Amino acid sequence: MELISKISVEKLNFYYGKIYALKDVSVNIKANQVTAFIGPSGCGKSTFLRCLNRMNDLIPGAKASGEVCFDGMDIYSKDIDLAELRRKVGMVFQKSNPFPKSIFENVAYGLRIQGIIDKTRLEETVEKTLKDAALWDEVKDKLDESAMKLSGGQQQRVCIARALAVEPEVLLMDEPASALDPISTAKIEELILDLKKNYTIVIVTHNMQQAARISNYTGFFFLGELIEFDDTSKIFTNPSNQKTEDYVTGRFG
Amino acid sequence: MNSKIKTNIISSFFTGLTLFATLIIFTILIIIVGNIIIHGHKIISWEFITKAPREGMTAGGIFPAIFGTVALVILMIIAVLPVGVMTAIYLHEYSKPDSIFTNIIRFAVNNLAGVPSIVFGLFGLGFFIQFVGAGIDKFFGLEVVWGQPCLMWAALTLALLNLPVVIVASEEALRAIPKETREASLALGATKWQTIRWVVLPQATPGILTGAILSISRGAGEVAPIMFTGAAYFLPYLPHKPTDQFMELGYHVYVMATQSPDVQATEPILYGTVLTLLILTLLLNFVAIFIRSKIRRQMKKSI
Repeated sequence: MELISKISVEKLNFYYGKIYALKDVSVNIKANQVTAFIGPSGCGKSTFLRCLNRMNDLIPGAKASGEVCFDGMDIYSKDIDLAELRRKVGMVFQKSNPFPKSIFENVAYGLRIQGIIDKTRLEETVEKTLKDAALWDEVKDKLDESAMKLSGGQQQRVCIARALAVEPEVLLMDEPASALDPISTAKIEELILDLKKNYTIVIVTHNMQQAARISNYTGFFFLGELIEFDDTSKIFTNPSNQKTEDYVTGRFG
Repeated sequence: MNSKIKTNIISSFFTGLTLFATLIIFTILIIIVGNIIIHGHKIISWEFITKAPREGMTAGGIFPAIFGTVALVILMIIAVLPVGVMTAIYLHEYSKPDSIFTNIIRFAVNNLAGVPSIVFGLFGLGFFIQFVGAGIDKFFGLEVVWGQPCLMWAALTLALLNLPVVIVASEEALRAIPKETREASLALGATKWQTIRWVVLPQATPGILTGAILSISRGAGEVAPIMFTGAAYFLPYLPHKPTDQFMELGYHVYVMATQSPDVQATEPILYGTVLTLLILTLLLNFVAIFIRSKIRRQMKKSI
């Protein structure tokens, strides 16, 4: 079965001031699949992820060239609506970053800024997304309490629920479990496999087992270049590039 | 052995010296406050704080000055907070961090903080009263209404004086909000303004109020900026519109200390007025601190 490309990246180059962070990256990200990017620290995988919803725009001196098409539309073209793009391409960060607001308000935030004030609709969305994020049973009795009081793993799931609440099409996850204990990590991974049905997921991780467990496709970044991109099984069992093989077999990185 | 004793002596000598310096400040503070309380507390009575002065300020109370001070500080805060906070938002959130324009503004803010307060007074007289005020009168064909010293111009002059305090405190409060929190909001499709309005400002409010508190302390105590711009020697009525002149505690102290017809009779009133000014400044501060802690508690609880 031929899968549809959700995001296609063509010769993407990225600079932080004079630092050349991404070199000629081209890749197709398929809809309703989990795509993982692995590589050593500083290889550009997070930078790449943040190019997909233009989060890098916030960094002074950042400059991108090349093409990133989301549903066939170049997101670096001038007439793109950034807020609209980021609603469709949601993001979960490495460090969980809930707002210092209640759990309810955290999840409802994305809807509120869209001007939705209908209480029933907000309540329904909060309940649904917290269930999707596998957090509902743990927090349903304390929705009015501050999200900052939750554990690290719970906070990260609040952030996932918050991202899901605006009904994105793509979910970018930047090492979403790297700061969590094994049990919370397992929960998040389970969640990602579950979310695949409705979302296209792109995840950056430096945990290779994690990439192997949850992804359909894996890309290996090294020094700003996308060295290899293929089916996850192929990358981990029979990579075509020597560098990829060295990395996945633990010879460096 | 000998050198060790020497080091010890030097060490304790300097410890003693720093302690001595600290004690000097402490002693002076005690003398000032103690002196004011000892001489001032007798005169303070219900009548003193609720009645107007009588007989050339040698008798009666200081209510008009208390009223004027409170009105002045409130107007000043209303004027300075929005402008100061908006400037801080522009500087920290919108402007390019190292552009020439931003640097010029920062340079101006820092210099504004160093300008002597009497210069602000003269500026207020020249700009607000003779230029803006007289301009308004001329434009509307009025008799002298705005083109004279009054509550409004005095409050604006004081607001200018306090602008750097509010800008610096607000910017500090904005800086304290982590990048990750802003990114979270933007990643959900919020615009920059929505992020500032719903995420950044609510978190920065306590810090911004700290700036307001600092400017209250300074505003209530400054005499120089208001002596040309609105404070009156004596008024038989309370100000009830922005174009009225007003009496103010600090200025009242200055007037009684320098221009009293009967020094003997004025002295206790003078002490009482100074004590009232100290207490009032403290009270205004407490009100602001109370509001701030209430907001903090509310933030922890819900939002």
